[in-house]
Amino acid sequence: MDNVEVKKLEKFALEIRLNTVKSLNHLGSGHYGGSLSIVECLAVLYGKVMKIDPKNPDWEGRDYFILSKGHAGPGLYPALALLGYFELDKLMTLNKDGTTLPNHLDRMLTPGVDMSSGSLGQGISVATGVAKALKMNGSDQYVYCIVGDGEMNEGQCWEAVQFATAQDLDNLILFIDDNKKQLDGTVEEIGGKRDFAAIFATFGFDSAAVAGNDVSAIYNAITDAKKVKGKPHVIVLDTIKGQGFPYLEQKASSHHLRPNEEEKVILNNFIAKLEKELEGLNNA
Amino acid sequence: MLKEGTKEIRQVYVDTLINLAAKDKNIVVMEADLAASIGTVKFKEKYPDQFVNCGIMEAQMVGAAAGLSLAGKRPFLHTFATFATRRPYDQIFISLGYARLGATILGSDPGVCAEHNGGTHMPFEDIALMRTIPNCTVAEPSDEYMMKALIEMSYEKGGLWYIRAQRKKAMQIYTENEKFELGKAKVVKDGKDVCIIASGICVSDALQAASLLEKKGIDAAVIDMFMIDPLDKDIILKYAKSCGQILTVENHFIVNGLGSAAAEVIAESGTGVKFKRLGVDKRYGQTGSLNFLKKEYGIDAESIAAAAEGLAK
Ligand SMILES: Cc1ncc(C[n+]2csc(CCOP(=O)(O)OP(=O)(O)O)c2C)c(N)n1
Ligand SMILES: [Mg+2]
Repeated sequence: MDNVEVKKLEKFALEIRLNTVKSLNHLGSGHYGGSLSIVECLAVLYGKVMKIDPKNPDWEGRDYFILSKGHAGPGLYPALALLGYFELDKLMTLNKDGTTLPNHLDRMLTPGVDMSSGSLGQGISVATGVAKALKMNGSDQYVYCIVGDGEMNEGQCWEAVQFATAQDLDNLILFIDDNKKQLDGTVEEIGGKRDFAAIFATFGFDSAAVAGNDVSAIYNAITDAKKVKGKPHVIVLDTIKGQGFPYLEQKASSHHLRPNEEEKVILNNFIAKLEKELEGLNNA
Repeated sequence: MLKEGTKEIRQVYVDTLINLAAKDKNIVVMEADLAASIGTVKFKEKYPDQFVNCGIMEAQMVGAAAGLSLAGKRPFLHTFATFATRRPYDQIFISLGYARLGATILGSDPGVCAEHNGGTHMPFEDIALMRTIPNCTVAEPSDEYMMKALIEMSYEKGGLWYIRAQRKKAMQIYTENEKFELGKAKVVKDGKDVCIIASGICVSDALQAASLLEKKGIDAAVIDMFMIDPLDKDIILKYAKSCGQILTVENHFIVNGLGSAAAEVIAESGTGVKFKRLGVDKRYGQTGSLNFLKKEYGIDAESIAAAAEGLAK
């Protein structure tokens, strides 16, 4: 990827981040932490890697994306809107009465959303099923799936891992959003310390770990993964919960934010800062 | 006019557990990464050795609870009602139910109480699942005093319990010293024309419906059927005879919940009455505010009053 392309993806990530925070701020509360930590990964997938057609969301030849950590829907919607799956203003209806953009993903409501999720641990299994079907069809389509590091607590995730290796699903690229936190605290204190990249390698995955806020590193990891045949792939994203929003990055409890008066100001300032940055890029 | 209660239901849960733990070292409070959402962090601070946060492992939490119970502990488990019942159902059925091991499972934010968490978090089937377990007591408190009583009762009576309750404040139906008994419903308002049987958040809406009906000259009785199993069959039959028309209201599917339970009793008794179930019918949950959702699924006070009026006509 040349420098121009890197800049393009970084800008896309900025726009996703800005619109994520704007829509959550408009709603008044929500899952900021886990929505923000996947922004760069989404920018790479939707900005460059995936074979998709926003005009035809159900195109049979598309690559599939399953956001297993379904509470991060507010991070995905801006990516879809910016690509034209639906109008950008729709983002302001996020999780309101009668919306088509619920906090937790619903494939029956939102164009471009491949799978409903929100009950943690289920999306990853569905991703293995899609990958299996594509293999049965002899297709070269890929399945991308993001799973939370806390979500990996669920036993079902490890069933999916065994299935993926037993079925040689090398068309499955799994990302673990290793943001080190779940709802009640750190993943380490609740589920125990673990090295996902090493564990997945032991299970028989092609395994890599990258800086989750670096679009080139993520892109390169995907390109490298595709060179390895016969094994499912995992890319562990080393991220920070609330990534790119300095206030939330350092806040201990960052899963869900219902801002107090002081935090409302912080949010508005952050939105203004991102808007300015974007304006700068547009003028450059 | 009803007023809102003084304490959030989650606070009642935590405070009651703290009181119980002061007397019994065998109480174990278990969470599956939703301690912050229910407030048991406070319990953990007081009794760290009697608290286990399992992480996002509902099936494991239930299995471990069964093991704790087998070794003489009394587990109290909590997660959102979907993840407390549907997700680890086989583990509840076999490791707790079939193995006759005791635990109290609290499923929080049942039905429309899941509000902005939306469809994946909105169980309308939890009662249906739990009432089919042969030895599970199934209850749904309508206010904070009842919540406290039910948690204590589950501890005193032992065995397997499922309690579904919202996290926020409930409307106040009772006073502090009200006594509640296993399998005995409460008549919260007497009446002679139509009997509304409700549970949980629907009780206060049924009472509100009763005042709407009063203005139309219809005298409605309201029964708080806070225990779906064991069910107070006597009171259902008593009011079937005296009112001749029964309306059930539930924040749940009309299939295999309170309405079905009442229908079974009435049908088998040979008492012919006009009967209607109000609740969610063959639809999934969705995101929204509580009032929006109650209206959407037809369990708000106006819908209850309209259905009762239809029966009474
Ligand atoms: C089966 C299930 N149990 C519990 C929850 C409640 N819940 C939502 S998000 C969350 C924490 C998720 O942590 P993680 O996977 O690390 O997500 P992230 O840090 O990316 O937000 C929990 C417990 C759920 N949605 N599904
Ligand atoms: Mg996490």
